[in-house]
Amino acid sequence: MVQDPRPTPELAPDEAAVGIDAGTDEFDFEPLWRVRLRLAWEGFKRNWALFSENKVGIIGLIIIGIFFVMAIGHPILMATLWSDKQNIYDPEIGYDAPVKTLLVVEEVTDPETQIDPERAKLFDASLKAEVGDTVNVPQQPAPPSLAHPLGTNPRGNDVLSQLMFSTKAAFMLGLVAALVTVLLATTIGSVAAYFGGITDTLLMRLADLVLLMPLIPILIVLSGMFQVNLVILGLIIGVLNGFGGTAIILKSQALSVKVKPFVEAARVAGGTNWHIIFRHIIPNVLPLSFLYMMFTVTEAIALEATLSFFGLLNVDMSWGLMIQIAQSEGYLLRFDTWWLIVPPGLAVTFLAAAFFLVGRAMDEVVNPRLRAR
Amino acid sequence: MLGYISKRVAQMALLFVVFLTLLFLLLQAQPGDFASQFLDPRIPAANQELIRQRLGLDQGMWGQYWTYITNFFTGDLGTSFMRYPKTVWAVIVERIPRTMFLFTMATMLSYWMGFLSGKMLAWRRGGKLEYGITLGGVFLYTVFYPWFALMMIWLWAATLEIVPINQFLTPDFWLDSPFSATSVFTAMIWSSVLVVGGLLVVQTVAGRMKEYRTQVLLRRTGRVLVFGIFVWYWASSSMRPFAADITHHAVLPVVTLAFIAFAGVMLITRGSMLETLREDYILTARAKGVPDRIIRDKHAARNALLPVVTSFILGLAFIIGGGLVTETVFSWPGMGELLLTAVTSNDIPTAIGTLALIGALALIAHIVVDIVYLFLDPRIRVQG
Repeated sequence: MVQDPRPTPELAPDEAAVGIDAGTDEFDFEPLWRVRLRLAWEGFKRNWALFSENKVGIIGLIIIGIFFVMAIGHPILMATLWSDKQNIYDPEIGYDAPVKTLLVVEEVTDPETQIDPERAKLFDASLKAEVGDTVNVPQQPAPPSLAHPLGTNPRGNDVLSQLMFSTKAAFMLGLVAALVTVLLATTIGSVAAYFGGITDTLLMRLADLVLLMPLIPILIVLSGMFQVNLVILGLIIGVLNGFGGTAIILKSQALSVKVKPFVEAARVAGGTNWHIIFRHIIPNVLPLSFLYMMFTVTEAIALEATLSFFGLLNVDMSWGLMIQIAQSEGYLLRFDTWWLIVPPGLAVTFLAAAFFLVGRAMDEVVNPRLRAR
Repeated sequence: MLGYISKRVAQMALLFVVFLTLLFLLLQAQPGDFASQFLDPRIPAANQELIRQRLGLDQGMWGQYWTYITNFFTGDLGTSFMRYPKTVWAVIVERIPRTMFLFTMATMLSYWMGFLSGKMLAWRRGGKLEYGITLGGVFLYTVFYPWFALMMIWLWAATLEIVPINQFLTPDFWLDSPFSATSVFTAMIWSSVLVVGGLLVVQTVAGRMKEYRTQVLLRRTGRVLVFGIFVWYWASSSMRPFAADITHHAVLPVVTLAFIAFAGVMLITRGSMLETLREDYILTARAKGVPDRIIRDKHAARNALLPVVTSFILGLAFIIGGGLVTETVFSWPGMGELLLTAVTSNDIPTAIGTLALIGALALIAHIVVDIVYLFLDPRIRVQG
């Protein structure tokens, strides 16, 4: 609802149309783009004040920031600190086996520091390990150490490197899914609300159908039948969300915009249907669609992790895949190797929760009813 | 009211056909047809053509579509590849009760818990407790579900050993059982459905009474009666030890799934209750001195219930998806586990058949919710 901000009242209409000669009058027009920018900045400041009242939203933003640093940090670390150890820290093919020195004894009382002669022979090159000797045993899922802050997994990959590398994938997937959702849902919602009638019925019945259908089984079948990678997954989630629930919600918002006087005015002024939809209705629906963008990101991150956990996605490395590796190597129900499943599980949870929290805080900005009085 | 229900059922049937059509298009979108995917290329071309004819792959798209739809509605979903020569229908049928059991139990538990706690949260707004529980709810709502389920198994089954780790029964125990697992399951589902139905009847009848005291009395005796009959039935039944075995295995998956769904219900109830509490009629009720408990339970909660039931429709897909993950993580041999194994072993007939039936399940649940809505919202009843 950008009203004309130029201070016309002091001028006669024809003068305003021609503009004012520079020099004869001190009055100067601000260019339109600067006005728009200033208004947008003011709106942003106002909304930020509302948003930052809610601690929950700030917590969400901080968590997202931390993950963002992780995503950026990985290539930097690979180029600097880990640059001469690429073969160790590469998230997919890196390999390292920290060694642990064990004492060979007759009776093993403490498996952390002792080993019996039979097994010791397996690790001793000369096959002559005897009681009292020490042998170096390579550890496959190695516990956290200075070289590997989060340990290594059963295949010898560095867990921290994998965790940071996967952050980028999560962000990218979330972005694709959210953008597609917003693009589709805003357009469909606005078109359905503006035209009504048969368009509305068809689009909304389709939305009902999409809404009813459980996403996870469909995605499982799809990823079983086709090669699904992250971008395609993002597109599918975006399309299903954009045609489904989000479209219904945005349609109801667009309906309330449609009856506003300025839409009527635009029509009287001769605006075409598409002009009204794209210049008047969609800009007013956008705040709400940004909100649903956040919820889509939450959903996309959780779905991707679930599908990779089942081993159905064609991805290089992701949080779900990390848990799947731990599962397929048989380290799932043991807490003594916690670094295999806790970090990726918490990463998925926290990033999804962060976007959800930001969404909830934005909800209070967009829906005045929800604000605490 | 009947007109409304039949209209909804007709709409759902139409939606289901559209869904089947989409599934068919999905099959068609695959590169090549079944014959080119699964036939040994060394088979002579003439014989390949014969097999194509026998499978009906020479019929063209519309012919195939017609065969597909008619076959589906006559219960012919094809032959399972991984359980050859069993038909897909036979494979699915033995799994439906298990999925239904998990799904209904978890849904009822989560809605009951979620509604009660959401109501309380809104009522005691602003405390530290409320803040903590809301954050906990958000955590449960967004937690990476397979990971959470694994943590639950690790804690309750692997470490504390209170419940068994996986499977839905102890095979040794069932070796010489006179009942099949499916029959016990069916009995369990029916008895719990009857309990819920009985409780609803008690609630409705008690609500019609004029005196508040008679209402309370009727409700209490009714509940005792319903649960009494339930306990008596199972105590006298010879299926009891087997049902107990299944229940013992079912506790952890049901509770885990309910926990996930519960958080969403709680957050929605809280929001809707907060909005209801601002209505003028709440202020009126307070002003005229109605006891707090009655304002909370009768004036506010009853009206706050509507969005919660609506949210069920949105949450349905969520719970079904969660149920699928639950079944896989807990090795609960239901439809979700079947779907995943079918997909990973490239058994397309089973995968598509299971997906279609999961869709049907979602639609049926949707209709049930519509009917529940009728009881809750008089406006729809009046409009007919």
